[in-house]
Amino acid sequence: MFRKTSLLAAAMLLSFGLGSVDARSSRNYISIVGSSTVYPFATTVAEQFGRTTPYKTPKIESTGSGGGLKLFCAGVGVEHPDITNASRAIKSSEVQKCKANGVSGIVEVKIGYDGIILANSKKTQPLKLTRKDIFMALAKDVPDPNGGEKLIPNPYRTWKDVNSSLPDIKIEVLGPPPTSGTRDAFVELAMEGGGKTFDFIKAMKKTDKKRYKAVCHTIREDGAYVEAGENDNLIVQKLDANPDAVGIFGFSFLDQNADKIQGSFVDGAPPTFDAIADGKYPVSRPLFFYVKKAHVEAIPGIKDYLAEFTSEKAWGPEGYLAEKGMIPMPENERKKFYKNVQTLQTIPMP
Amino acid sequence: MNRVAVNETISVMKPKRAIETVSKGLRKRYRAERRFRMLGLAAVIASLLFLTIMFISIFGNGYTAFFQTYVKLNVYFDPETLREDTLARADYPGLVKKTMRAMFPEVQGRRDKRNLYKLVSSEAAFQLRAMVLRNPDIIGQEIPVWVPADDDIDMLMKGHIRRDVPESERRLNDKQLAWLDRLSADDRIQTRFNWTFIRSGDSREPELAGILGAAVGSFLTLLVTLLLSFPIGVAAAVYLEELAPKNRWTDLIEVNINNLAAVPSIVFGLLGLAVFLNFFGLPRSAPLVGGLVLTLMTFPTIIIASRAALQSVPPSIREAALGIGASKMQMIVHHVLPLALPGILTGTIIGMARALGETAPLLMIGMVAFIVDVPQGFNDPSTALPVQIFLWADSPERAFVEKTSAAIIVLLGFLITMNAAAVMLRKKYERRW
Repeated sequence: MFRKTSLLAAAMLLSFGLGSVDARSSRNYISIVGSSTVYPFATTVAEQFGRTTPYKTPKIESTGSGGGLKLFCAGVGVEHPDITNASRAIKSSEVQKCKANGVSGIVEVKIGYDGIILANSKKTQPLKLTRKDIFMALAKDVPDPNGGEKLIPNPYRTWKDVNSSLPDIKIEVLGPPPTSGTRDAFVELAMEGGGKTFDFIKAMKKTDKKRYKAVCHTIREDGAYVEAGENDNLIVQKLDANPDAVGIFGFSFLDQNADKIQGSFVDGAPPTFDAIADGKYPVSRPLFFYVKKAHVEAIPGIKDYLAEFTSEKAWGPEGYLAEKGMIPMPENERKKFYKNVQTLQTIPMP
Repeated sequence: MNRVAVNETISVMKPKRAIETVSKGLRKRYRAERRFRMLGLAAVIASLLFLTIMFISIFGNGYTAFFQTYVKLNVYFDPETLREDTLARADYPGLVKKTMRAMFPEVQGRRDKRNLYKLVSSEAAFQLRAMVLRNPDIIGQEIPVWVPADDDIDMLMKGHIRRDVPESERRLNDKQLAWLDRLSADDRIQTRFNWTFIRSGDSREPELAGILGAAVGSFLTLLVTLLLSFPIGVAAAVYLEELAPKNRWTDLIEVNINNLAAVPSIVFGLLGLAVFLNFFGLPRSAPLVGGLVLTLMTFPTIIIASRAALQSVPPSIREAALGIGASKMQMIVHHVLPLALPGILTGTIIGMARALGETAPLLMIGMVAFIVDVPQGFNDPSTALPVQIFLWADSPERAFVEKTSAAIIVLLGFLITMNAAAVMLRKKYERRW
């Protein structure tokens, strides 16, 4: 008896499964993938959109920028996502892959900026760093302190070794792993910015681009830089427990934990909302999302979602995304991307 | 030569009685036994201690999430803003702001006003909208309404944000604290049971985030898992144990089932991605696919537990059944299976409990996602309880810390219930021979 019912139920389930093959030919919610940095902002917009429009709330997966673009470029059709979030611009190799899979109309929307913060515990003084200090403290190979154009394995143990105006504490930096978009942006903006201050490294960019990248983007592996995983809350807790450590993460975590941690100055600019917004703080990156043009008509609600995201009450300086820690774009940039969204202007295909 | 010497010493020594040897070593043996006993006890105490620490820290962090701070607003449902023809789309956030301004008429300046509006949750506007749509007669009246407070206020009331630090380090400024104190003095602030947490799906606003979406997702996923893995597991176990010939092939199958039970769960996730999503084209993030993947993970466990249960049924029962003329199928279905069922069910429940706590395979099939709507069926996008814990633990807002612990409490509650059911089934139906 028992077996009969369960067999029946299994058969029913199987038919459910087969039925779903038809069911997916129409999807009535927006499917979004992509960057974990954009995730908190996109989810806020999605929730607002779901509550104020008759459409269902979009589904948002946090897959990382690269993973999101990979799913996004896999093809056109309801089984593929409509929108992918990214904490960096799409690469030309990804555009080509998209094109090869039939995804030819991609609308790029820049939504704002994110500052990358080096923070330490409130129990000590804030650090006043330059990008050169960051490069010297964290690069695997640094220029020989005795002069010349030779690179030697990083000999510095304390911040004071790097720059005599910095405190005499051990270099101990907790940061994201290589899979993270935050790490990509950090090496590109902070480390490369610091490496460029050496003329011979800057000259390398023209002569030997590969080596230039390797020098600027390789982080030391001797224990001074600790890969602390993707969980930024964990880094905040560790910083609170260890006042000598420095953590690297996105601005929204500093914003939410201002009673426990403080951001370091970089090149004289404090990591405040205003300094990042007007471009004084050097380590900030743009955030994007990409829309599949072919899906805009097919999936209900995409147009309204785009309208919600690009409205002043969302991405404006007083909007609810700013409250969540996103740094808004200047007005002319907002206008430009708003127009792009209205006309669904696609990026050029190779 | 040597042997002679040994023999001589023995003959020289007084003959020793067995009891002397025993009593000589007796104290040492008692001591060893006491040590052994203490060691065991210490192990039990240590594990209980860790368990207690874990429970205390989770409950200590999490119980506050079951309560939420509410603020009482005297809302005047202004007929000016609420026109009858556009009730659904009227400016309800504006109504909330107007109410706040009326309560604190002295607040001037854009910045201060914005800070004032931040005291109540964005839910307030939706709540007023629902009230008006349900009963349009309230337009034109002034009615006291309790609305949820913003998450920062809630954190302050629960003591998770400290008042005594300098203003620049707080998310709430001195003015906001003063307004709050005034509200408190007027009895306009109350802590109530947080029904939202139990009744709604995920949200980016901590005061609106709920566990129901994840719990339903877990339930649907586990239902699929149970309905598939139980019949498959039991049928496979019965075949292997009762019907299959014992040869190299069945040995090979047995080894492989044991191996399958030991495969890390993320591998099943990758398999699910390749087979169910890419080949069969089932929808991403659906409980159906989650259930299928977890079935792959669970049924080896069920097979192993069921085989052990079948083995423990004494052969005399089988022989008796066959002896009075039952067919092999009758013997299995009428006699062996009912006797083995408590053991099989226990194994199934433990397998299901493991599946309930699994996140890694769900990651690959898109169930780690932000989903607000509570899933209605097997094909709707959904998450699961452990995934919800993971997502909340990664959110920047302070208020999500307690939500994370509360979600863990809910998950632990389910796990303990399932394990208790397994123990009860065993106690009630187990037979010893």
